Amino acid sequence: MRHGKYPFIVGFLILPIVLYVGLVLWPYLQTFGYSLTDWSGQSQQMDFVGLDNYSKLLDDDVFLGALWHNVFLLAVLPIVTILIALFFAFMLNVGGRGGTGGVQGVRGAGFYKVVFFFPQVLSIAILAVLWQAVYRTDGSGLANGVLIKLGLADAQHPVAWLSDPDLVLWCILGVLVWSGVGFYLVLFSAAMQSVPRDIYEAALLDGAGRGQTFFRITLPLLWETVQTAWVYLAIVAMDAFALVASMTPGRTYGGGPDHHSELMSTYLMRNFLAFGEAGYACAMGVVIFFFTLILSVVSLRVTRRERIEY
Amino acid sequence: MSTSIEKTAPVTAPERASGSRPAGRAERFADSGGVLNVFSHGFLALWAVLIVFPLLWVVLGSFKTDAQINGSAWSWPSHWSFKAFGSAWTKGHIGGFFANTLIVLAGSLTLTMLLGAMAAYVLARYEFKGNRLIYFFFVAGAMFPVYLALVPLFFMVRNLGEISPLLGLNSYLGLILVYVAYSLPFTVFFLHSFFRSLPTAVHEAAMLDGCSHTRAFFQVMVPLAKPGLISVGIFNVLGQWNQYILPVTLMQPTSAGEADHSMLAQGLVNLALQSGYKSDAPALFAGMTMAMLPVLVVYLSFQRQVQSGLTSATLK
Repeated sequence: MRHGKYPFIVGFLILPIVLYVGLVLWPYLQTFGYSLTDWSGQSQQMDFVGLDNYSKLLDDDVFLGALWHNVFLLAVLPIVTILIALFFAFMLNVGGRGGTGGVQGVRGAGFYKVVFFFPQVLSIAILAVLWQAVYRTDGSGLANGVLIKLGLADAQHPVAWLSDPDLVLWCILGVLVWSGVGFYLVLFSAAMQSVPRDIYEAALLDGAGRGQTFFRITLPLLWETVQTAWVYLAIVAMDAFALVASMTPGRTYGGGPDHHSELMSTYLMRNFLAFGEAGYACAMGVVIFFFTLILSVVSLRVTRRERIEY
Repeated sequence: MSTSIEKTAPVTAPERASGSRPAGRAERFADSGGVLNVFSHGFLALWAVLIVFPLLWVVLGSFKTDAQINGSAWSWPSHWSFKAFGSAWTKGHIGGFFANTLIVLAGSLTLTMLLGAMAAYVLARYEFKGNRLIYFFFVAGAMFPVYLALVPLFFMVRNLGEISPLLGLNSYLGLILVYVAYSLPFTVFFLHSFFRSLPTAVHEAAMLDGCSHTRAFFQVMVPLAKPGLISVGIFNVLGQWNQYILPVTLMQPTSAGEADHSMLAQGLVNLALQSGYKSDAPALFAGMTMAMLPVLVVYLSFQRQVQSGLTSATLK
């Protein structure tokens, strides 16, 4: 290249790097440091306490419960969402009548895609407020209204939804699945459409049924996309802060009733901004980080398969 | 149900005549398709109702009275007035929150795309010492959860506020810079591979014609990279529009009487908290409707780009 290359490179890189290092990398590193102190966050006063915060975390029942709830979401959310999305994507792309010498989707596939995808573009806060209204504990909530109308719930003793310790996490899960399916449906649809039609037709000629086509052709060819979806959903399950913090009962950042929907993220925020335990909160941040790291490494390893070229 | 199965029969008939494929098998596939078709349409329609029904219910709620909303889920608005919308817009400050969000998004998107494209381009197209290392650092950031940075970030932004009041907590510019910083890893990662895939010939021709590096970027490479920029742009719009944890942490009034710079997402959640006390449920429902409508309009007009942009961004 000609002269002036280096000034150009520096000129283009300097701002992004300063922003990125200053506001992203440096805070990441600082968190590790602060997690070893008893810093309250209110003053500059802090003492080095070694790994005390981490041993305290191991004895903190609320935190362990929160960790467990995150694991629950991690285990259930990806499976449920991916299964529903795959099912719908298969319906939309190859579920239609296959008679006319080929494989095709159902009619109105475009319409369904548009509708299913819509929750994805709504801000998560809109979802939270919307579902709070749906989950109201008396007959004025939509969920109870429907159940009472169908005769599945008693108008005098409606379902408590978010105030029911055993139900609250399932309610959150329901919202996450409700809003997520559309996105993964479109994702899988796009992947299915890139599978050459001949493959389906060859399978059809060989006498494969729909079930076989799905499990022997669609799923293996889509494996990489499913894997991506899995990682993305795992990240969603690790977060879920906005929903729990704004929908569930609790003094600050939800988590109720009685910590039954507590997540690591809500507990972190409460410790940081309400309890003034910044050092302790940092230790939780580090735990969340390692959790995510292990998770992505494991899921990429376990689900690794040979790439199929077509 | 039976009609749709019958309908498949004539469709398969010509095929049998043409003999281009084993007719029996094709027919079997088609028959199961008929049953499946009804079955799948049923499920698809059910899910569509599940999506649309709560949304319509909320829109309807903004025309009801407080008593009706708190009474039964099935009440129907007795008179259609837009009073609740006015009250949400002014007393609920939805209008202000909208403006805040638009200001921040306008700034953060422009900057994200500009800085992201610049960094990605240099890293993808120029060889220099440390290139791989810088790229690696950018991409690694996308792997980390934001919670890892949250506590120091809060103090970082607060300290920035002491340098200039324009930058601190509860300031537009502060939040814009934070949004940009946290959107950079993915933007750089995506655009890096995109710039690599572009042909080098055009760029070389421009350079031979005496184009400067900067001009070559803005006038040759950026137009070439437009599809990639649109994809990642849509991804960033949705990501930043959906952001909740960052504004909740960074956009609180630091002292009483300071202007409320809440994002729409925060404002709506606060409105939900207050509407319980003030018994103004219609305003909350109207607020939600108003927050949904612009998104719906934008989404319906750009839905093809949104869907393809988002999925291609994710699959990278």
